[in-house]
Amino acid sequence: MLITRKVEFSASHVCRNPRWSEEENQRVFGPAANPNGHGHNYMLEVSLSGEPDPVTGMVFDLKEMKDVLHREVVEPFDHRFLNHEAPPFDRVIPTAENVAREIWRRIEPHFGGRLHSVRLYETPELYVDYFGEQACSA
Amino acid sequence: MFRVTRRYQFAASHRLHANALSGEENRRVYGKCNNPFGHGHNYVLEVSARGPVDPGTGSAVDARRLDDLMAREVLGPFDHRNLNADIEAFRELTPTSENLAVEICRRLKRAWPQAFPGEWPKLEKVRIAETARNIFEIDAHEIQ
Repeated sequence: MLITRKVEFSASHVCRNPRWSEEENQRVFGPAANPNGHGHNYMLEVSLSGEPDPVTGMVFDLKEMKDVLHREVVEPFDHRFLNHEAPPFDRVIPTAENVAREIWRRIEPHFGGRLHSVRLYETPELYVDYFGEQACSA
Repeated sequence: MFRVTRRYQFAASHRLHANALSGEENRRVYGKCNNPFGHGHNYVLEVSARGPVDPGTGSAVDARRLDDLMAREVLGPFDHRNLNADIEAFRELTPTSENLAVEICRRLKRAWPQAFPGEWPKLEKVRIAETARNIFEIDAHEIQ
């Protein structure tokens, strides 16, 4: 069984590779490379997998799950400029892929091996799914 | 008479900070929206125009003309931009969504006669959603 919790955060970012020229950055990242940055309402969906505990009937304590997502993701990222205020995005380009992987890295230790997937919407039309380093599975 | 509404989206960053207030007051009034590096949103913009149905086309508002106007006046300049740094009007003025709605409405109203030279349709309303929960509306008649 999978349980999924959603949280939202608003943040700004800029996608540029500092080793590339302006033309190269515009060619690869388009307007996302505009130097002053821009922003999104990011929607995060985190899924845990497991069987319901026979006593509690729960796969995982949802309150605890909420606390982990707030502490590890919302507090450091919400209303922040990711490149300037949320390491490692001073060195790692904060594409949706890299933000999803960083979220996985932050929250995975708190779910006792039950973390199944991290889905991050950058806009309502664009999202990435990350399943950790093993091969992808839906 | 119809009111036709078309929805658009753009992604931008902003910081809420009023130059007239002290640092402490800014933090009290704007909270985390005053964080120094700013943050961002996927803004959803709804533009409403009113007019009678044109007997030739069967439509009240030519959506393509509205799209061209929006691309030129709003989406081109605002999408993937930092409102404080990249938009002249917000160098001094705080880019709250109220002020943003006024600025967008003003731009549309100014360019409207060129895009829609006839008597109809008329620009009626601009509605901007900063997040799913924060929505701001302005009546175009209130704007000079």
